Amino acid sequence: MLTIENLHASVDGKDILRGLSLTIQPGEVHAIMGPNGSGKSTLGHILAGRPGYDVTEGAVTFEGQNLLEMETEDRAREGIFLAFQYPVEIPGVSNMEFLKASVDAVREHRGLPALDAVSFMKSAREACKAANLPAEFLKRGVNEGFSGGEKKRNELIQMMLLEPKLCVMDETDSGLDIDALQVVAGGVNALRDPGRAFVLVTHYQRLLNYIEPDHVHVLANGQIVRSGDKSLALELEERGYGWLEAEVA
Amino acid sequence: MSDFLQAPLADLSQRVPHWLEAIQARARAGWEAASLPTRKTENWKYTSLAPLRDDYQFAEAGTAVAELPATLAAGFGGHRLVFVDGQFAENLSSPAAAIDGLTVCRFADASDEQATDIAGLLGTAIGGDHVFATLNNAALGDGLFIDVKAGAIIDRPVEVLWLNAASAQATAMNQRLLCRVGANASLTIVEHFAGLEGAAPSFCNGLTELHVQDNAFLAHYRLHEEAGEAVHIGGVHTRLARDARYAGFHLALGSVLKRLDLVVHHAGPGAHADLNGVYLPRGEEHIDYHTTIEHAVPHCTTDEIFRGIIGDSATAVFNGRIHIHPDAQKTRAELSNRNLLTSNEATVNTKPELEIYADDVQCAHGATVAQLDAAALHYLRTRGVSREEAEVMLSFGFINELIDGLELDSVRDYLRPILAARFARDEALARHLLLTRRSQ
Repeated sequence: MLTIENLHASVDGKDILRGLSLTIQPGEVHAIMGPNGSGKSTLGHILAGRPGYDVTEGAVTFEGQNLLEMETEDRAREGIFLAFQYPVEIPGVSNMEFLKASVDAVREHRGLPALDAVSFMKSAREACKAANLPAEFLKRGVNEGFSGGEKKRNELIQMMLLEPKLCVMDETDSGLDIDALQVVAGGVNALRDPGRAFVLVTHYQRLLNYIEPDHVHVLANGQIVRSGDKSLALELEERGYGWLEAEVA
Repeated sequence: MSDFLQAPLADLSQRVPHWLEAIQARARAGWEAASLPTRKTENWKYTSLAPLRDDYQFAEAGTAVAELPATLAAGFGGHRLVFVDGQFAENLSSPAAAIDGLTVCRFADASDEQATDIAGLLGTAIGGDHVFATLNNAALGDGLFIDVKAGAIIDRPVEVLWLNAASAQATAMNQRLLCRVGANASLTIVEHFAGLEGAAPSFCNGLTELHVQDNAFLAHYRLHEEAGEAVHIGGVHTRLARDARYAGFHLALGSVLKRLDLVVHHAGPGAHADLNGVYLPRGEEHIDYHTTIEHAVPHCTTDEIFRGIIGDSATAVFNGRIHIHPDAQKTRAELSNRNLLTSNEATVNTKPELEIYADDVQCAHGATVAQLDAAALHYLRTRGVSREEAEVMLSFGFINELIDGLELDSVRDYLRPILAARFARDEALARHLLLTRRSQ
């Protein structure tokens, strides 16, 4: 589904990724862990097409297409979803208008008929319920005045409605209390599907107690320095990242 | 002296009621001696009067309009008075059936008692030097007086539509509204300015005076939709007595030239003013809002928010002055003006002015000029929304924050599609903007 080969990228002239390679198959859950500044969030932003991130070398292929040449909105329409670490507040644009615009754009791209207002509202309310966010939040400005946990749950709602093929979750667990974490994890688990893959970018092993990964990768200095199964996450939890960084150096 | 409108004024055959003759005569002498402001005149630095023409004529006979276009016909659910080219159009109006405590009368129809009230009040809310107010008095013909008795709560809004319709001749219009809301009373007024499709160039000199008496409430909407070659130079002067509350909302879509002077005078302690506005010039249009808040007495508060989106090679001017007099202790006044430029050729001149002569006050002001938020734009695109639609949504959202706060549903419902269409050159780009209603 997704192949990343020898990816080098920089932000403001500073090299962040230095030869990252990763292959993801449909149905898999990959966890990417690593110390601060290792390039975890950069990877998510590059996949989503954020301006200001320069790819200097390497290739990213998504379902046979050169992802790096696609516009941001086309990546989303093709099925890539980035759950933001810090979702953006957009006062004046209601959450419902935003969600409908997104769903319409994605469905149109996939050749599906547009949802009428009633069916859309029904799915939106169901998604709210699954994310444990009151439906009143649909009428508020996008993320406007939402708490950290409410913003993350709003990301989950978008993910449920857009039905992406590849979900990249950028530190979705950071700053969540245990109840909110369980809600988000429950939402992700419910979306697990043989045709859908997840990349969980996280700082904490805790998330992986609730979402069991198939593969765990450690990112350090812009490269994947170790890959393994879920036991690697437990080892990291015990020993920290220092020993790996030392091995690589 | 200025030649502007001198000849049409001399030819004006319409008689004012005899009890206004003195005011009119004084103003004519004043106007003859006055000069039109130039770019060197204080408060006119960024606005040129060059678009004023020398061939405007007063349409004394009015223009016959059989019915209003569908967009205007619905109104705002209130008692409605319609003036066409400055003349009252009875056939289009649906004035109030007798409502306890509410008087709506034209100057021409005023009873002796009302005439005394009008003559006593007219001009008393206007402070400072406003040369176009002098012109308004000089051209005084008909006008509208809205009076609410002490303690009366008027549920439905009073709406006044000032329509420009003449198609053959460049037209001058004098608009005059005088309103008094008695102690403990409550009223909503919607002033709406628009032009019919195909209307000739026009000049409207608007002047509205609002007196809000002790502990009374007035909500006032003033919506300017005149387009094309329509020039509007107008003023709204509001005088707030003790514990009075005023909520003013202003909207201006662009035309060749609009200039509005909004003055709120806190004349009694404990008064509160909300003054909000939106201006949206594009093309070559020009909109200038000059606001002045006079805090003359203690314990008054003001919240003022104006937002503008300026497109193409349009220009906007916002000058927000807050003047806190020496006696006005315990004043709280906040002013925010934010502007969005959607083109490299668009211009805004924004200037908050605080003049504070009291020492125990809280004041804040801020003015910003920016482009669309890149982070928000990116966020929308990562959800599959095209850049074009995202830009429309964000522009609309920038203004919609103020629209969402409006108390009157009918105004909100009227404005949202107009604003959505304003931001989207292609209708499809606005299709997601009108899904949410507060009433849902």
